[in-house]
Amino acid sequence: MIGMNKSNGMNKSGRGACPRPSNSGGKPLFLTCSFLMFVICLMAPVVKAQVQEEEVPSDDPVIEQRLQNLSKELRCLQCQNQTLADSPAGLAADLRREIRIQMKAGKSDKEIIAFLTQRYGDFILYKPRVTFTTYLLWFGPFVLLLGGLYLLFHYIKQRRDLITEKPLSADERRRAEELLASLPGKETT
Amino acid sequence: MLRYLIPLVIFIVLAVFLAIGLTRDPHELKSVLINKPAPAFRVPQLKAADKMISNEDMRGKVWLLNVWASWCVACREEHPYLIEYAKSGVVPIYGLNYKDRREDALATLDELGDPYLVSAVDLDGRVGIDFGVYGAPETYIIDQGGTIRFKYVGPMMPDVWKEKILPVVQELNRQGK
Repeated sequence: MIGMNKSNGMNKSGRGACPRPSNSGGKPLFLTCSFLMFVICLMAPVVKAQVQEEEVPSDDPVIEQRLQNLSKELRCLQCQNQTLADSPAGLAADLRREIRIQMKAGKSDKEIIAFLTQRYGDFILYKPRVTFTTYLLWFGPFVLLLGGLYLLFHYIKQRRDLITEKPLSADERRRAEELLASLPGKETT
Repeated sequence: MLRYLIPLVIFIVLAVFLAIGLTRDPHELKSVLINKPAPAFRVPQLKAADKMISNEDMRGKVWLLNVWASWCVACREEHPYLIEYAKSGVVPIYGLNYKDRREDALATLDELGDPYLVSAVDLDGRVGIDFGVYGAPETYIIDQGGTIRFKYVGPMMPDVWKEKILPVVQELNRQGK
């Protein structure tokens, strides 16, 4: 990725990681950038890696299918916007492994979810449980919808009252005709 | 007049809620294990691989379990402070070396010093799952009876130590006497 940035961004438009003020100043800056990236690449292997056991899919297709379905409903706590099914995080892989082991031991989905929530709390569930603290979350939108409908009907009713046509009284009609007749430059019929 | 104020009021309410939201860290989760018995574990020790360590070994005293790893950058940040806390002798600190290569872990302790009485080795992260670990460093305060009393996620900087950890430890020690 870094290499691609360097060749595409820097050479063509000069809009890579380092801005290039002018054409004449481009070359030394380009070299500096290349050098910096080279140094950054050298530093990379210093970072120690987490020990991660390789993920071995179960040879039982039923278990794999159950894992697929279940892990779609569970949150990865490291990358909170991903499910356990599609998170590449180490913790997600560990939890998938744990779920496989428990499924193989004959645990039901319900028991596995209980196991996980006992450790990580309800937050691990992508679909929040209906409890007292989540009433607002579950039913709030419907309350808002009902409120909005009420306001809408109220408004329409009020507006209809305002725009109903009322026939003019004889006096009003006379005044209107007078006004029309008094308009300058306009012939009334 | 009032109807023109309504959008303003709605805006202010929204802005206040969003502003409060900005100050909260979505990664800080309430542990469900508070006031529950600490999960049982029995795993090898880091420095003496042939010896085991179990949560039962610490029964009868208040102790800290600090989840750490050599690959964890934030752990390096708290490491020098951990050494200070350990030296102060207020509370024994045990380590849980989480998903780490033994040689990496030992090298880190050689380089930065070792604040831990013993570090337990959790190679595959299984003990971590039982404790609900989702990101190192994490620190648990466990009481004399083996119950988790407090959990802190993130580097334990001096202000955290003074304001959050020490009061809990002192209170537990007082109750235990």
